[in-house]
Amino acid sequence: MIDYVVKRFLGLVPVLFGISVVIFLSMKFIPGDVARALLGPMATDASLAQLRASLGLDQPLHVQYAKWLWRTLHGDLGLSPIIHKPVLEILLPKFANTLVLAGASFLLATLGGITFGVVAAARPRSAVDRASVAASMVVGNMPPFWLGLVLITVFALYLRWLPSLGMYSSRGDGGLGDLAVHLILPAVTTAAAPAAIITRMTRAAVLEILGQEYITVARAKGLGERAVLCVHALRAAWPPIVTIAALQLGYLLGGTVFSEEVFGWPGLGKQLVSSVIARDIQVVQGAALFIALVFVLVNLAADVMNLLLDPRTRPA
Amino acid sequence: MARLETALGLEPVAVGRRRERSAFLLGAARVFARDRQAMIGALIIGLVAGLAILAPVVSPHDPIKADGSDRLAPPLTPGFLLGTDEQGRDILSRLIWGGRVSLVVGIVPTVAAGLAALFLGLLAGYLEGWADHSIMRTLDVFFAFPMVLLAILIVGVIGPGAGNQIFALAVVLVPYSTRVVRTAAISVKSLEFIQAARGLGAGTGRIVLRHLLPNVLSPLLVYTTTLVGMMIVASAGLSFLGLGVQPPTPDWGVMVGNGRLVLYRAAHVATIPGIVIIVVALAFNFVGEGLREALDPRSRQ
Repeated sequence: MIDYVVKRFLGLVPVLFGISVVIFLSMKFIPGDVARALLGPMATDASLAQLRASLGLDQPLHVQYAKWLWRTLHGDLGLSPIIHKPVLEILLPKFANTLVLAGASFLLATLGGITFGVVAAARPRSAVDRASVAASMVVGNMPPFWLGLVLITVFALYLRWLPSLGMYSSRGDGGLGDLAVHLILPAVTTAAAPAAIITRMTRAAVLEILGQEYITVARAKGLGERAVLCVHALRAAWPPIVTIAALQLGYLLGGTVFSEEVFGWPGLGKQLVSSVIARDIQVVQGAALFIALVFVLVNLAADVMNLLLDPRTRPA
Repeated sequence: MARLETALGLEPVAVGRRRERSAFLLGAARVFARDRQAMIGALIIGLVAGLAILAPVVSPHDPIKADGSDRLAPPLTPGFLLGTDEQGRDILSRLIWGGRVSLVVGIVPTVAAGLAALFLGLLAGYLEGWADHSIMRTLDVFFAFPMVLLAILIVGVIGPGAGNQIFALAVVLVPYSTRVVRTAAISVKSLEFIQAARGLGAGTGRIVLRHLLPNVLSPLLVYTTTLVGMMIVASAGLSFLGLGVQPPTPDWGVMVGNGRLVLYRAAHVATIPGIVIIVVALAFNFVGEGLREALDPRSRQ
């Protein structure tokens, strides 16, 4: 078990190395001369050469990479030429906000998905089942940014129940209640597609278990349908559900980008999009490294969690 | 090679196999035609594609030229079946013309990635060993990013725009499609008829092109069709964020993005294009499911 985790962890090293190379090289593919861009069209050859030397651009590529990697490993992701702040200082608070949104969405998606899936599987081919299958198909193909706009129209503009923008209201106390109210619509928007996938998966997994003999035995010995479903079936159907839910955890890191944009949520995705539009390459790169690192670690954590929950997947 | 087969009396067998294959395809077409959901999907795609191709003829108004007199007209206004947007442009006309852009930015990256995957996947699956290892480890780097964010990051490096968006989405899809091709290639490779072909002296090129390729095509086709639906949603998303197709070009994602600015006055401007995106994405999913059923011999009675 611990061997496996260590092995998986070591397996990440080449992947992370590859990621750093790809991101470093992508800087080099950007059209245009960095020095000329910084100094403007009036720069002399001498000043250009001087700047190139001070930026280390006159050195061989592998030396530049090694220096860049060294700085990166020490948390120095460079300065944003547009926001005039260290990149890491820009990204960390945004990432915290994204985690709040992604976490709430994950809870919603798993709770909702598993509930709908079990309810649908309990009465296969009933109206409830058909409705949940149809709904999960439609929601699964729904553009998240569109869903966000529809929710704003209904709940913020029409019913005026919920705020449509930001994390806190400008005149509010900035407390947890205020945050929760602002969190509802973006979290529902982000959670919809993963919830649809989890619903489908849960339904399939529970249906498969319900067809097995020991369920018939449990029913024959007089267990109530609720006990059969919740105790016997759900427990056996657990592993595939956890696997698919864990996959969604990674997806949510990307899925939040649309709800952050639509609801003005000050997260990593929104920052990434505005930096892309402003062509702030430093921030884009820093965000790329950051996202890849988090995504890889989340997927590893999901694998390990799976292992703990389902002894059958444990390597011998 | 051909002479050898004739000499061994193998030509009839080869013909028989070809006949088997066409019988299989005919059977698949029959299964597909009986699948109501798949047929509805195909019908919707045909309709949208047909309207998009015939856009200059069927579109009632100019999709780009602004008309100040009829701004934000609600749906069912005479002359504007689905209403007008914030610049007085007919929404129906923009949807019809937008089909050209939105279908292309959804389909082209998927097909391009499919072709690249065919090459890489067959190479990795057939050769195995170091070729397989180096291809798959390289692709692992791309698996380390969430799909949408990777597309945004690539656009971030090469700059926004429709062409760059297509390129970015294609790059994002290559690892996923390659994995599908490789898995199929490996499972087919171990089958007896490949051994038999090799025993008869067929070279690598012949085995890969004549025997492996046809057998990895159906899983790839099924996967690609479902991906197109996803990519139509994803590319609409990039355009919505301002990273893909740029206004005033009519594109379904751009239309939702524009409509967002007038959401509080006229919600239909943003909502109608979104419904079209959902319907078309669903249609591709239906067709993909139908193809899966039709092309998988195990699912047939």
